[in-house]
Amino acid sequence: MALLLKGGRIVDPQTGLDAVGDIVVRDGRIVEVGQDLEIAKGQVIECAEKIVVPGLVDIHTHLREPGFEYKETIESGTRAAAHGGFTTVCAMPNTSPVTDSGSKVRFIVERAAERGVVRVHPIGSCTAGQKGEALAEIGDMVREGAVAFSDDGRGVQDAGMMRRVMDYAKTFGTTVISHCEDESLAAGGVVNEGVVSTRLGLAGWPAAAEETAVARDIRLCELTGCRLHLAHLSTAGSVALVRDAKERGLPVTAEVTPHHLFLTEDDIDPAYDTNLKMNPPLRTAADREALVAALVDGTVDCIATDHAPHAAHEKELEFELAPYGTTGLETALSLVVTNLVGPGLLDWTGMVRVMAVAPRAALGLPEVRFEPGAVADITVIDPEARVEVTRGWFESASANSAFLGMRLLGKATDVLVEGRFALRGGKVADR
Amino acid sequence: MLSNRHIMTMDDLSTEDISLILDTAESFKEVNERRIKKLPTLRGRTVINLFLEPSTRTRTSFEIAAKRLSADAINMTGSASATVKGESLRDTAKTLSAMACDLIVVRHKYAGAPQVLAECMDAHVINGGDGKHQHPTQALLDLFTMRAHTGRLEGLKVGIVGDISHSRVAGSLVPALVKVGASPVVIGPPTLMPARPDVLGAEVSHTLDDVLPELDVVYLLRVQMERSEGMPFPSVREYASLYGMNATRLERMKPDAIVMHPGPMNRGVEISSAVADSERTVVLDQVNAGVAVRMAAMYLLLGGADSGAAA
Repeated sequence: MALLLKGGRIVDPQTGLDAVGDIVVRDGRIVEVGQDLEIAKGQVIECAEKIVVPGLVDIHTHLREPGFEYKETIESGTRAAAHGGFTTVCAMPNTSPVTDSGSKVRFIVERAAERGVVRVHPIGSCTAGQKGEALAEIGDMVREGAVAFSDDGRGVQDAGMMRRVMDYAKTFGTTVISHCEDESLAAGGVVNEGVVSTRLGLAGWPAAAEETAVARDIRLCELTGCRLHLAHLSTAGSVALVRDAKERGLPVTAEVTPHHLFLTEDDIDPAYDTNLKMNPPLRTAADREALVAALVDGTVDCIATDHAPHAAHEKELEFELAPYGTTGLETALSLVVTNLVGPGLLDWTGMVRVMAVAPRAALGLPEVRFEPGAVADITVIDPEARVEVTRGWFESASANSAFLGMRLLGKATDVLVEGRFALRGGKVADR
Repeated sequence: MLSNRHIMTMDDLSTEDISLILDTAESFKEVNERRIKKLPTLRGRTVINLFLEPSTRTRTSFEIAAKRLSADAINMTGSASATVKGESLRDTAKTLSAMACDLIVVRHKYAGAPQVLAECMDAHVINGGDGKHQHPTQALLDLFTMRAHTGRLEGLKVGIVGDISHSRVAGSLVPALVKVGASPVVIGPPTLMPARPDVLGAEVSHTLDDVLPELDVVYLLRVQMERSEGMPFPSVREYASLYGMNATRLERMKPDAIVMHPGPMNRGVEISSAVADSERTVVLDQVNAGVAVRMAAMYLLLGGADSGAAA
């Protein structure tokens, strides 16, 4: 069936596009991009006043299935992704069981094919059971479709073990994602070590615990030559380390989350809101400014949500007992439009760079370019749509959002995954 | 009347509130010296002492305070960790609220627990110590004791010695001292310091002997011997030699300076027996003040003179 996306502002830095025009999609592929296009029969999607971009990708998502289906499932998580404008998510391996073998990767691939609303690429663990003791079956997992490897949530604590992981992963040309936490320094901290830890009597997680791990893994990248991606950077010091690594030409990429871009430790007040408990923690205003600047200048390649759903009964515990994380898939785009595109820090081309092009490049995922023959993974954005972040608004099975109560501008109205609607007129399409 | 309906942190109390509590406590202290130590003030009011962390002295002090005001005082004990696998703190709070309690005192292993109770209950909340955060009635009884012994609070230089980073006593005492115009100095090695003591308003010293002669009050914190994350000093012997209060150091204090300790004391660690038993040490006065100050806090929260009750 043919599909005509009509009259939208088409933005794709890969093909140099930023103009009002039309896109024709047939059989899951883009067949034509141009002006005043028509189709004999098929569906026309009116895109006037909207922005049409290559499908957004989140390379850091916790889908929780298998094992924690009460927090999220592959179905609910991919519905949330579609709702937020994403055509692709990469699923972190800290499930139960941990995604540490080919058969576990295959489960996710098959379940996503069965129930997923958007594309799901599994990320395998670096070490068996994410225990940091022995290599996971990386080769087997690559064969089954794992796109990268990470002990996210834990980090590989032993430097020698991490070196082995990177040496071995290099065989397959894959990327190792570092969780960037030295546990001996983070020491169970629950907020940034500094003003807020002192005021609220909470254990601090110092910036140095991240920067030590970032510095170590950059050195190991240099030693092994393995591609390294640094997850959820949160400090100005980490940005400086990445800048230096890139200047030296190392194959290093980095991501930042919406919560580290748009919130700071100062948002944590005596109300002890557990939705603001993150790992790594929210940092200082100066860190936040450094992260925004680094995203704008390209030092930090992309935005990744670290979507971390938790059940209400888990987040309603005392701050020190509640689990870390916020959901992020459904708010990321609106936050970026409101806080970066709106004020002119990023133009639409920049938005596409950090949410569609660079994340694919970081993990070597297939490109999505607006040109004939390309796969039709497309996100349509209404930049003027108003969003009020409320519990009832989420498609995710969990509502632990750090952004609850915010009023934002801009959201996805339509999402096409290989030419099929995942989101249509703002509503998630049933499979 | 106080400016807030709860006493969860020192931020809930204005300078005027602090004066009112201390002055009210003076009159209750007199009651505590009578043969019949009981007032009808809070008759018919229900006070629950929810102690989810082991405590004897604080719980007893609150219980005595409530009973001397004729409130129905109920003690509930347990462990916070039990609430992890069993009932959540929120559900406990809602359950107690459904029983129509008027005031709840909470001691809890984790910071912010009083906030949870305040959100889930209609009762007034007094923080009896939350994690490493605050313990405001301890700070109030300490101010009461300092004022009784030195005749003033403004301008006092108070050295707080020990594990500042893990101490809810310091967490409340430092801001309390700042509010009344005193000058707190926190003293200990950097391994026992919070990240930013400056934001609380305290000066920092790593050498007790440097500041000792300037202090009006030496406030010793209990050294916690049971720590999972590794000891922050090499040995008790070394700690005692650098930061312990002993007879030699007692002589180097100002002639009218006093020694305080929130208890229970580790004799031979942060305080030698000679100092603990000396006339300069006012630990038992602190304990005595605790009952009067807690009576005042409960009385003022539950409406004070407006409740029809009178001291």
